[in-house]
Amino acid sequence: MHEYPITCEIIGIAEDYVRRYGAQEVLQINLVIGEDSGFIGDSIEMYFEVIAKGTLCERAHIEIEYIKPLLKCVGCHKLFERTSASFTCPLCHQIGRPTARGKEFYIKSIEVDL
Amino acid sequence: MADNKKIEIFTNILQRNDQIAELTQMQMTEQGLLSINVMGAPGAGKTSVILSLIKEMTEMKAYVIEGDIESDIDTKKLREQGIETIQINTHGACHLDAPTLAAALQDLRPLQEGVIFIENIGNLVCPAEFQIGEHIKMLVVTVTEGSDKPYKYPLAFEKADIIILNKIDLLPYVDFDENYFMAGVRGLNPEVLVAKVTAKQNMGIKEVAKWIENKTTLISQELYL
Ligand SMILES: Nc1nc2c(ncn2[C@@H]2O[C@H](COP(=O)(O)OP(=O)(O)O)[C@@H](O)[C@H]2O)c(=O)[nH]1
Ligand SMILES: [Mg+2]
Ligand SMILES: [Zn+2]
Repeated sequence: MHEYPITCEIIGIAEDYVRRYGAQEVLQINLVIGEDSGFIGDSIEMYFEVIAKGTLCERAHIEIEYIKPLLKCVGCHKLFERTSASFTCPLCHQIGRPTARGKEFYIKSIEVDL
Repeated sequence: MADNKKIEIFTNILQRNDQIAELTQMQMTEQGLLSINVMGAPGAGKTSVILSLIKEMTEMKAYVIEGDIESDIDTKKLREQGIETIQINTHGACHLDAPTLAAALQDLRPLQEGVIFIENIGNLVCPAEFQIGEHIKMLVVTVTEGSDKPYKYPLAFEKADIIILNKIDLLPYVDFDENYFMAGVRGLNPEVLVAKVTAKQNMGIKEVAKWIENKTTLISQELYL
């Protein structure tokens, strides 16, 4: 649901760069989305098809790199993927704390015609 | 055929939202207003907790901003108690964002020092993803929602500065496993204060009010800047 305004934001940022670089249009937008960011790539792609019409991103393709969240064990300091109902480290069975890994939500690069 | 030029930009997509949020937070700090983003599922007791806190903190000026998808039922309830309240209707949006709050603050024009509660849209997911200009994120959850919520909605629990576990009066009637709940909370947020509350009977509210009053002192010392 909240991917609508977010998609507008993505298009706005990309258009900004097109103008800054004196290009004609955006050809590709490379996004990075952590699976714990709360943003859904499929929704962004769906809104993009509609919203990009008539903008400098009209013909652009969206490429999404997804990142799996990792917890960090307080005992052995290893990073691990959580299971559904626990935060326990599979190696030493101590608790894992959230890390920034998996919360990414940014535009890595855009490709323009130059 | 034109050449493809790749521009590395590494741009945070929420940057515009976050900039406005920071600005709002600074303005609040300068005015001596502690802003509290109150989050939780529909019916968790956000409005009830806000009401009983304001009744408890008689020394302090309190403002409320009510976020709802539609309707102004809660706003009416608060105004009947003499509380200065502004309604935001998001008309479908599942969370408040920084520009929406900034606009509402223009209308409210809070003048006195004190505390401002911002009741976010009833939703355990989306509000946690957006900074709006708050100093503090308060999460209201209930024993009736089940003890697995930290595992299912980790972000809200991870980001909370204080967690209100509400509807303690209903404990005898539900199978809430407090140890399992607390293990999840501590895994995500080791230091956070978890206050057991029955908002309807003002139980546990004093402790929370004290905690808030202590934070407002920090604000007036501008430690949040
Ligand atoms: N039993 C019980 N009910 C409560 C408590 N706090 C709130 N409620 C009830 O829960 C319902 C939803 O409360 P409300 O404050 O409107 O929740 P909100 O949607 O999160 O703002 C109302 O019927 C309240 O009377 C409590 O501590 N115990
Ligand atoms: Mg409410
Ligand atoms: Zn370990």
